[in-house]
Formats: sequence, structure tokens, C-alpha cells
Amino acid sequence: MTVLRTALRYVGWALSRIWLVIGLLVLWELLTRSREDPFFPPPSEIVPELREIWFSGPADHFFLTSKAINDFTPSLAHIFVGWLAASFFGIVLGVAVGRSRAISEYLNPLIEFGRAIPPPTLIPFFIIVFKIADPMYIAVIIFGVIWPVLLNTIDGARTVDSVQLDTAKVFGITGWQRLWKVILPAASPKIFAGLRLSLSLAVILMVISELIGAASGIGEHLVNAQQSFQLPSMWAGILLLSILGLLLNGVFVLVERRVLSWHRGAQRLES
Amino acid sequence: MKTRAVRGAVGVAGAVAVIELVSRTGLVDETALPPASIIVARAVEQLGDAEFRDGLASTLGAWAGGMLIAIGVAVPLGLALGSIRWLGDASRVVVELMRPIPSVALIPLAIVIFASTTNVKMSLIVYAGTWPILINTLYALREVDPLAKDTLRSFGFGRLAVLWRVTMPSAAPFVTTGIRISASVGLIVVISAELFAGGGGLGTYLSRTQSGGGRTDLLLAGALWAGLIGLVINVVLVWAERKAFRWHSARIEGRA
Repeated sequence: MTVLRTALRYVGWALSRIWLVIGLLVLWELLTRSREDPFFPPPSEIVPELREIWFSGPADHFFLTSKAINDFTPSLAHIFVGWLAASFFGIVLGVAVGRSRAISEYLNPLIEFGRAIPPPTLIPFFIIVFKIADPMYIAVIIFGVIWPVLLNTIDGARTVDSVQLDTAKVFGITGWQRLWKVILPAASPKIFAGLRLSLSLAVILMVISELIGAASGIGEHLVNAQQSFQLPSMWAGILLLSILGLLLNGVFVLVERRVLSWHRGAQRLES
Repeated sequence: MKTRAVRGAVGVAGAVAVIELVSRTGLVDETALPPASIIVARAVEQLGDAEFRDGLASTLGAWAGGMLIAIGVAVPLGLALGSIRWLGDASRVVVELMRPIPSVALIPLAIVIFASTTNVKMSLIVYAGTWPILINTLYALREVDPLAKDTLRSFGFGRLAVLWRVTMPSAAPFVTTGIRISASVGLIVVISAELFAGGGGLGTYLSRTQSGGGRTDLLLAGALWAGLIGLVINVVLVWAERKAFRWHSARIEGRA
């Protein structure tokens, strides 16, 4: 009985949160069906289009079409290479700036200026320097997404609990060990917040650099669909990018929960 | 405080000197990275260039207009959705689903739908700028001290009075943080749209300069201006936030 009641309560809880999403989807379908505006195809047309373009391939290719492999490979490679490189540099520089007052004072104006430049501004510059090729896309992403990681790491490394640092000192923990065992774990919740912001920004910059470069990836698909006025195909591209954004965000949150589970445990102990 | 300013100036001077040196000595190709002195000289010259000035004005105009609409839409919507509990929980799921959608993916769609490029830019800024403000407003309403609300209610204040006297002041600092995030997202989106769709603005100036023969000095000078403008916008917003909500930061510091 109690199992049933718990299950019912869980279903009720889920329904109280999801009903609006379902309602809006139904409304979207009904409105687009009744208006028959060619610019706004109903979702029931967009989803099959999405499947047809990218996910109707043979089973031994995980149902991916060859166009899917051509589109996804460069886009995902740009995102991950750019994001990982930016994360590495951002964390290394961020720890240095956060732990050293002198370095922070020397670099602060440069960092404030650098992060204020809207990243797309530099796309034309990177196109000239790297031509329209992989290094261009990756450079745009690195420059654009390094700032959230850098700023959050600085903040996290600067505000390590002084009791923790003193304790480490008493036990003779210094140098690399201090960095690995004390500073980085203490800064990790903030670093992860920065990494998450960067990942969603990386998707945005991947899309915009591929729209402008128009030579590879999902961005190129969008440009072609727009220029040939294939609205369902364009909507399918937008839906695909939305799913990609959601997936990356969801996977990241799961990883973060796992990696930072000790942190939440420690917080619960404190409170 | 004084060493801070001196060290900051040394840092900037050092960066300028490094760019100047690697370019002058040929360590990096001069056509790719021109010397810093040339970039600054071009930036000064751009002020006299009518095309550049008009572009900048058009970008900032679209940005400011879009931001105003985004604030006008997101704040009341957030207050309404957040005040009604059964609607607030459900709308938070919708917002969390919509937020990761990369706004620039909508640029091609906006171009097809709207004939005028000003509308393309504005609609994208409004779309992208709404989410951070809406999310911060929704979450801020959840953080409002229930004791303060109940106290006012027990003194016979109505729903609207409680909203005006307790909920809004307590949510305002979070909302302004959302506005600051929106402001930088808005700049990213408007310049992206101009780069891709043309139709005036800083982005169009930059993409024309790039296709017209590869003048990296002009491109970097343009980026210098974009950075300075972004910096000014951010400094002004942070300053206004501190000034308007001094009691808020005092409260947070008091708690910590």
C-alpha cells in the first residue's frame, strides 16, 4: 500500500511540473496546424524531418546517416577540443591569479578587458589568420569560453577557507600536494560552475562560427536550409542544436553531481 | 590601493609591449598580428570614419532597444509566474528546457521571418536576453523570506502590497544580476547577427573589412572598441548595482 502511495505521490509531483511543457507542445502543434504558415511548420512535421535527415541510417552505424556523421563530427570536435583547451588554460591561469596577489594585480585590467570583448567580434580576425579551417573554429571557441572558467577558478582559488590552509600548513603539506589536495578540491564547486557556463557558450560559438564559415558542421546545414528556403529542414536543424544543448548540459550536471558528491556531503555535515 | 593601480598599468603596458615586439621583430607575421601602436592608431582613426561610427551607433541602438524590451517582458513575467506557486514550479521546467537552446541557432530563422534587419537583431536580443532575467527573477522569488511576507500579511497588507514592499525589494538584486548577464549575451547575439546577416552595425563593418582584403589592423582596432564598450557597460551596471543595493551587499557580508 505504502509503495503504491509513494508511487502515486511521485507521479503527482512529476505531473505538477511537466503539465505546462506538454500543454505548450500541444498548443504549438494546434496553432501551427490551424495557421498553415509555411514559415512555421508543426512539430509533427519537424520531428520526422529531423529523423529523416540525421537518424534514418543503417543500424550498424547507430542509425546515423552519412550526413549525420559529416555534420556531427566537425561540430562536436570543435566544441570539445575548444572547451577542453580553454578549461585547461583557464584553470591553470586561474589558480595562479587566485593564489598570488601580485599576479592578480598585474593581470586584472587585461582580464577585465578580455572578457568584455564579445567573442564573435574576433571571428573575422580569426578567419584571416587561420582561414576557414578547424583551427579557426577552435580559436573562436577557446577565446570565447575561457573567461567563465578563468573568473570562477580565480574566485574559487582566492576564497579557500583559511582554516583548511592553516591545517595543511601544520601537517607540512606544501607545494604540489597543497595544490592537489587542498586548493583545487576547495575551488572545485566554483570551477565546475564555470565549466558548465563555458560548455553552453561553446555550443553558441560553434554554431555562430559555423554559420559564418559555412563550410562544415551543423551550422553549414542551417545556412544551406535557410538559403534554399527549406523551412522544415531549418527547423529540424534548430531542434537538433537544442537537443544537443540540452544533452550536453544534462550530461555535465550528472558528471558534476558525481564528482562533487563529497562536497554536498560535507555541506550537509556542516549544516 | 596605489600599488594595485601601478601594477595594473604595468600589466597593460607589458601586454602592449609584447604585441609590439613580436610583431616588429617578425616573430609573428605582421599581417596577422600588427604592432600594438598601429592597432591603437587605427582605433583613433576609426572615430573619424563615418561608416564605423554609424555601425557602432546602430549596434548599440539595437542592443539598448532589445534590452529594454527584454527587461519589460521578463521581469513582469517572472514576477507573475513566480508568485503563483503551481504555475511557478511548472514554468521553471519550461525555462530550464529552453535555456540551453543556443540562441544564435535562431539567426537563420529570424532572417527568413523578418524582412528588416533591425527587427532580426532586436528579436534575437529580446529572445536571448529574456532567459537570464526570467530565470533570476523566478529563483529570486523563491528566496524571499517567508517570515517577512507573513508578518506583513498578518498586519493586513494585501497581496499586491506584499509584492511591492517585500518581494520586489528582496528580488531586485538578483534581477539586476540577471540583467547584467543579459547585457553581455545581448552584445554577443547582436554582433553575431550582424556578422551573418549584414544590414549595418559593427558586425557588418567587421565582416566587410575581412572580406575586403584582410586588414587585421582594422579588425583588431574594432575589437578594441567592442571590448572598451563592453567594459564600460559592465562597470556602469556593477556600479549602479552597488549604489542601488548597498543594503543588500551589507547584508550578505554580515551573513558571511
